[in-house]
Amino acid sequence: MIGSFDAKIPPGPLAQKWRSHRDHSRLVSPNNRRKLEIIVVGSGLAGGSAAATLGELGYRVKCFCFQDSPRRAHSIAAQGGINAAKNYQNDGDSVYRLFYDTIKGGDFRSREANVYRLAEIANNIIDQCVAQGVPFAREYSGYLANRSFGGAQVSRTFYARGQTGQQLLLGCYQALCRQIAAGTVRMFPQTEMLDLVIVDRQAKGIITRSLRSGNIERHAADAVVLASGGYGNVYYLSTNARGSNVTATYRAYKRGALFANPSFTQIHPTCIPVSGEHQSKLTLMSESLRNDGRVWVPKRKEDREKAPGEIHDADRDYYLERKYPSYGNLAPRDISSRAAKEVCDEGRGVGPGGRGVYLDFADAIKRLGEETIRERYGNLFEVYEKITGEDAYKVPMRIYPAVHYTMGGLWVDYDLMSNVPGLFVIGEANFSDHGANRLGASALMQGLADGYFVLPNTLPNYLASQMGKRPSPDSPEFLQAEQDVRAKIDRLLKINGTRSLDSFHRELGLLLWEKCGMSRHEKGLREALQKIPELRQEFWRDVRVLGMNEDFNQSLERAGRVADFLEFAELMCKDALERDESAGAHFREEHQTSDGEALRDDERHAAVFAWEFGGDGQPPKLHREPLRFETVHLTQRSYK
Amino acid sequence: MNFKLRIWRQPNRKSPGKLADYEVLDISPNTSFLEMLDILNETLLGRGDEPIAFESDCREGICGTCSLTINGEAHGPDHPGAVCELYMRKFRDGATITVEPFRVGSFPIVKDLVIERSALDRIVQAGGFISARTGSAPEANSIPVAKHNADLAMEAAACIGCGACAAACPNGSAMLFTSAKVSHLALLPQGHPERESRVLKMVQVMDAEGFGNCTNTYECEAVCPAEISASFIAKLNREYARAVLQRSAGE
Repeated sequence: MIGSFDAKIPPGPLAQKWRSHRDHSRLVSPNNRRKLEIIVVGSGLAGGSAAATLGELGYRVKCFCFQDSPRRAHSIAAQGGINAAKNYQNDGDSVYRLFYDTIKGGDFRSREANVYRLAEIANNIIDQCVAQGVPFAREYSGYLANRSFGGAQVSRTFYARGQTGQQLLLGCYQALCRQIAAGTVRMFPQTEMLDLVIVDRQAKGIITRSLRSGNIERHAADAVVLASGGYGNVYYLSTNARGSNVTATYRAYKRGALFANPSFTQIHPTCIPVSGEHQSKLTLMSESLRNDGRVWVPKRKEDREKAPGEIHDADRDYYLERKYPSYGNLAPRDISSRAAKEVCDEGRGVGPGGRGVYLDFADAIKRLGEETIRERYGNLFEVYEKITGEDAYKVPMRIYPAVHYTMGGLWVDYDLMSNVPGLFVIGEANFSDHGANRLGASALMQGLADGYFVLPNTLPNYLASQMGKRPSPDSPEFLQAEQDVRAKIDRLLKINGTRSLDSFHRELGLLLWEKCGMSRHEKGLREALQKIPELRQEFWRDVRVLGMNEDFNQSLERAGRVADFLEFAELMCKDALERDESAGAHFREEHQTSDGEALRDDERHAAVFAWEFGGDGQPPKLHREPLRFETVHLTQRSYK
Repeated sequence: MNFKLRIWRQPNRKSPGKLADYEVLDISPNTSFLEMLDILNETLLGRGDEPIAFESDCREGICGTCSLTINGEAHGPDHPGAVCELYMRKFRDGATITVEPFRVGSFPIVKDLVIERSALDRIVQAGGFISARTGSAPEANSIPVAKHNADLAMEAAACIGCGACAAACPNGSAMLFTSAKVSHLALLPQGHPERESRVLKMVQVMDAEGFGNCTNTYECEAVCPAEISASFIAKLNREYARAVLQRSAGE
């Protein structure tokens, strides 16, 4: 293995670890910072905030994104909010509670020290964003407003209508723009990272392809930061943007970075159900809707074709309220998703195909008035109407779970550095803070914590020893990596087969959704592990990719991503098979409590599973990082 | 549903382009407009023809990537909303639909329906930000902001940066885009220290990028997927005049 597989958790009491770690980390002086070059791949909340902050500090930053502007990164689509333990509501919140909710929400499969740091930093994020001009919702007093989110009994979520991700991203995009104008950050839009370059067992650069011209370039740096987001699109249908992909992290994995917990994928309970075969993506309806909406299905199968208004209250099963009385409709995502699947499996699902449940606002409208509901969720209701043609003020929404977020990602230590020295991974691209299930409103928190506050404090610890060590982009390692990238592109262009890319991607997605989706079992995973390599072989034999490299060639760009998904899917299924327990979003049917909840095996599996690439056609090697809990007591997660 | 399509094809920035005719058959009314183009592209690919280049990403109306002019209207007939939120049920069965890129001098065509919009980024780079260093922020509740102003700032900040305003404007003006950012930041106390320099610099770059002037045709407001009000343009003008006056008074 390249580098070290040591989480490097600082010693000392939990609440002092981050402070004492910063006190003892190495620094880089301002006059030396401008001699150091940092590559940041991705410009979402994590990458954008990191690039802007590193630029401010005086480093020379190159930031890459595949979109035509950094403002379009997929963080923009996050709706609901961002958590922080400000306790402005005086409802008993604290840093410790945010930490505890997050680690419990993740079903005790994340590191105490990382999660505590996240909870601590959350308050700074809100301060920073307000100073940047993020127009968070406010009360008539002029002070900041909060709402509740799943998995918490306090109101700690800050929001900007249903567009919190957009507003936070524009805040960091604007900070980035300021640095671009100042000349500290160079932006490379429409440029995709296709390989990581390792020199002397350290990450020292990347190979990129311009999506506009097909130009392939070598970029050397003193450190590489990956902030390339999650891999939910491996399922083809997900709430992710069409362009979101695994390529940057997967190719880093193939160069020696460990991939952690790849099977931990979050299926979000409130999305608009699939309507037809040609659907290209699924649309999320913010979890915040569950604050006021009540989830139900008919009690009897026979009623499922009836109009919802014709089903009397007594004949409705408000199953979340029934099963989880203390959290009710605000039960965490993994639990709510599985509960929806369960009632649909029983034949009580509503809408075409029977894969849907109602999210009903009638009671809330009666209690608060339509105007209040419109103010809280108006834009979400509009989105719903556009897609389905239905007015959710009059008839209940129909929702169903969909792939949304990936907790797994490249393995990183406490400094957010992967096992490969010099390769840092932040935001959704790493595995670090959400364990086996992420709570609502904490992805935005983690992305910005990593980019604004963690990485800028931990990166110097590595860089301090790297002065003057940046290799030339003409060194043999770079030339070789470029050659490998070109060879892969040529190979794709030469197949000239008969099947379209989309047909492969759809087939892979459907297979994963069935075998490695909301619930998994050994037999199904073994079947998937047999089918994926077959599909991959067929892809390399029969896919049709037209055109040439030196052009704006969208088929080629997507072909490379689908090729990586076809390899990565196998790693996901291996991880799901190896994790012989249920934890959070990873539900193995063999391991459940008598009432159908996830049953962990703390003795054998309280660990991070980190996979090392074993070579093409060779099995990957599993490394386990045991999770030690010094502060929290591991319990059966209960939301009853 | 069946449709006849006339789609702008142009191999690159320098070559001339033209409208080409296509047909799509048996489309479900619940298919989105972009999914309909996906289906057409699959057919073209099957025939060995080059697919039509068009851009989209989030496909839920927030990233601002998609940028099509449909039957002469930026983002098509279903306002407010981006093209990716347009569904085929909004069209008559058998209709002929013309699809072009956003046409603005400052947004050169890259290929087919894909345009280059970095001019908008450069307007923001000129000053569309608050210079708050990471780590320097005071406690978030230390400066209350009147709810009315915060809500109004949010309305302006909702801009998705698609450029439809400029595409719809007979003058190719980006005033709605620029005014949204200027207004958002001017409405918040945090934005006040840079209020004058911001508006002056942003307007200067907007002009230098070749965007036209506003002559109050309100086409921008009509097509804006984020429903940004043209009254922000009036606010931009006030902010600009105020900044010029202050400068000339030596403040």
